[in-house]
Amino acid sequence: MEALIALVIGLLAGCGIYLLLRARTFPVVLGITLLSYAVNLFLFVMGRLSIGVPAIIEPGRSAYADPLPQALVLTAIVIGFGMTAFVVVLALRARADLGNDHVDGREP
Amino acid sequence: MSAVTAHGVIAPILVPLLTGTLLVLLRGSATPLRRTLSMLGVQLLLGVSLWLLLQVADGEILVYRLGNWAAPHGIVLVADRLAAGMVLLTSVLALFAMMHAIQGSDRRGRQFHVLFQFLLMGLNGAFLTGDLFNLFVFFEILLIASYGLLLHGGGAARSRAGLHYVVINLVGSSLFLFAVGTLYGVLGTLNMADLSQRVAALGPEDIGLVRAAALLLFLVFALKAALAPLHLWLPGAYSAAGPAAVALFAIMTKVGAYSILRVYSLIFGADAGPLAGLVDPWMLVLGLITLVVGTLGALASQRLALLVSHLVVVSAGSILTAFGLGGEAALSAGLYYTFQSTLVVAALFMLTENVARTRGAFGDELRAGPMLPAANLLGGLFLVLALAVAGLPPLSGFIGKVLILKASVGAPAAMPWIMAIVLITGLLTLIALARAGSTLFFKTETHARTASLPNVAKLVPVAALAGISLLFVVFASPIHGYAQAAAAQLVDPGGYLEAVLGAGATDNDADADTDTEPAKMAEVAGPRRTTVHSPPDQIMPAH
Repeated sequence: MEALIALVIGLLAGCGIYLLLRARTFPVVLGITLLSYAVNLFLFVMGRLSIGVPAIIEPGRSAYADPLPQALVLTAIVIGFGMTAFVVVLALRARADLGNDHVDGREP
Repeated sequence: MSAVTAHGVIAPILVPLLTGTLLVLLRGSATPLRRTLSMLGVQLLLGVSLWLLLQVADGEILVYRLGNWAAPHGIVLVADRLAAGMVLLTSVLALFAMMHAIQGSDRRGRQFHVLFQFLLMGLNGAFLTGDLFNLFVFFEILLIASYGLLLHGGGAARSRAGLHYVVINLVGSSLFLFAVGTLYGVLGTLNMADLSQRVAALGPEDIGLVRAAALLLFLVFALKAALAPLHLWLPGAYSAAGPAAVALFAIMTKVGAYSILRVYSLIFGADAGPLAGLVDPWMLVLGLITLVVGTLGALASQRLALLVSHLVVVSAGSILTAFGLGGEAALSAGLYYTFQSTLVVAALFMLTENVARTRGAFGDELRAGPMLPAANLLGGLFLVLALAVAGLPPLSGFIGKVLILKASVGAPAAMPWIMAIVLITGLLTLIALARAGSTLFFKTETHARTASLPNVAKLVPVAALAGISLLFVVFASPIHGYAQAAAAQLVDPGGYLEAVLGAGATDNDADADTDTEPAKMAEVAGPRRTTVHSPPDQIMPAH
């Protein structure tokens, strides 16, 4: 399970970085999104993988999942979502202002 | 500790938050009302910051527990001398930037004041927080506000620069989260004081992971601080932004420098065992490289705004050089330099806009233009600020550089390099500024259209900041004394640990050793160890 999750995170991050290095704004935005998915997954599993255990104290339970990474990942998702929305709008505006969708604002 | 003192630590975050929220609600109202409200908010913030500084000036470290959760479990805000000093610096800068903005540049786009207040909130939060994830959150707040401020006024140049700035900062934020996640996964805490103790008692099998996370964190902070080779985003972005916004941006690179100083003095400080002084060798070398690269950029600049943006890089290089030297003398020199250079560079950014407006179509391009009607006034201010930023006597930059050079004597191996690079880059900066000044104020094109008169009200904040640079010379001794006391707190973080984690926290090494046994404590699936640093009755059952 750990190896699978690690592979998934690595794949997401790898694809994200590849797309980030493209010259058009749309792939760059997708790259940022994939990278933030990788980060969110990574943060989440930093509380270790556990199945069927609660994050809140319950009587009669001895095993618990770590609730803190869940709170962290929630914050990171919200922030990441807001930032993605912003960068999409910015990319559209740059397309309108500059007349092309190259990240440097001019065709090479 | 009275109730006012106890809650005062959070005031520098709450004042801009509430002012900003109020301004969002009043978004349809008349401009004078919003300007007055925003100005009042900034003035109140200045008062609160000054009060906070006086509270901590005697060495007391104020800790504010959010939600009254005991230290390693909840988020804490910590006001020591360094944090209070940076908060006051932010407020002073904000006051003058706001004075400049309300002369008209705030009307070039919507919601300037809201973004300005939220940027202040993010800055103050980043300086005050004692929790690594909370630092990330405040970074994001200040960044999203800065994205809006950078684009304020619109235009193709801002869109192009804005896209680069936003994308590179989003990548930086992702790396920040990877680093924070790794640290939490290994150490099971995010409280900086607690992290410091866990790192000190780290088992050899985890050192590699923590070192990787720490260096990743350094990469992120170096990006924010504009340390070479991660400074390339700065000149484009800063030279495109509006005057009041960019004046406040002058302190944003200092947030990166502050974070480096805080994290690597507290968590990876002298007591961190095998990880002590992890980034020290990098910092000094990169600081010197940044100095050289920034100066070359300043020499090559064809526009005044671009030149001043490169001076921000130069100032970041000087500060990180001092921080990289380590030790009380070098840190205090770096702090004194931070305080004065931030204000001087901000004044230069505002003056740039004044000069560009006066020159009409020529803008801030460094070529012969029309004869300026108030060349004495503009040129005089430029002269004073240029002397201050290049480090010539009798202005504050000179004292800052002397302090850095003096501190370098304590490190014989690095001293010749530091002496040579700091002095030569100082000379080259002076040449760049002299060339820019003589082109702008002396060289005139006879058939250029006449220039317009400068707006004197916009020059008031510039002149005031130049005056503050003089005050930094007159009161150099108390200011440097304060910087020295702040550096002493950083060099010996015992007081910080005790204030955050409670008395006796610093000498429970035996305890810490047992908790860092890998978290196979069976009943908790996660890595978080429930270490009780404070009386158990302060801790809620869920923890």
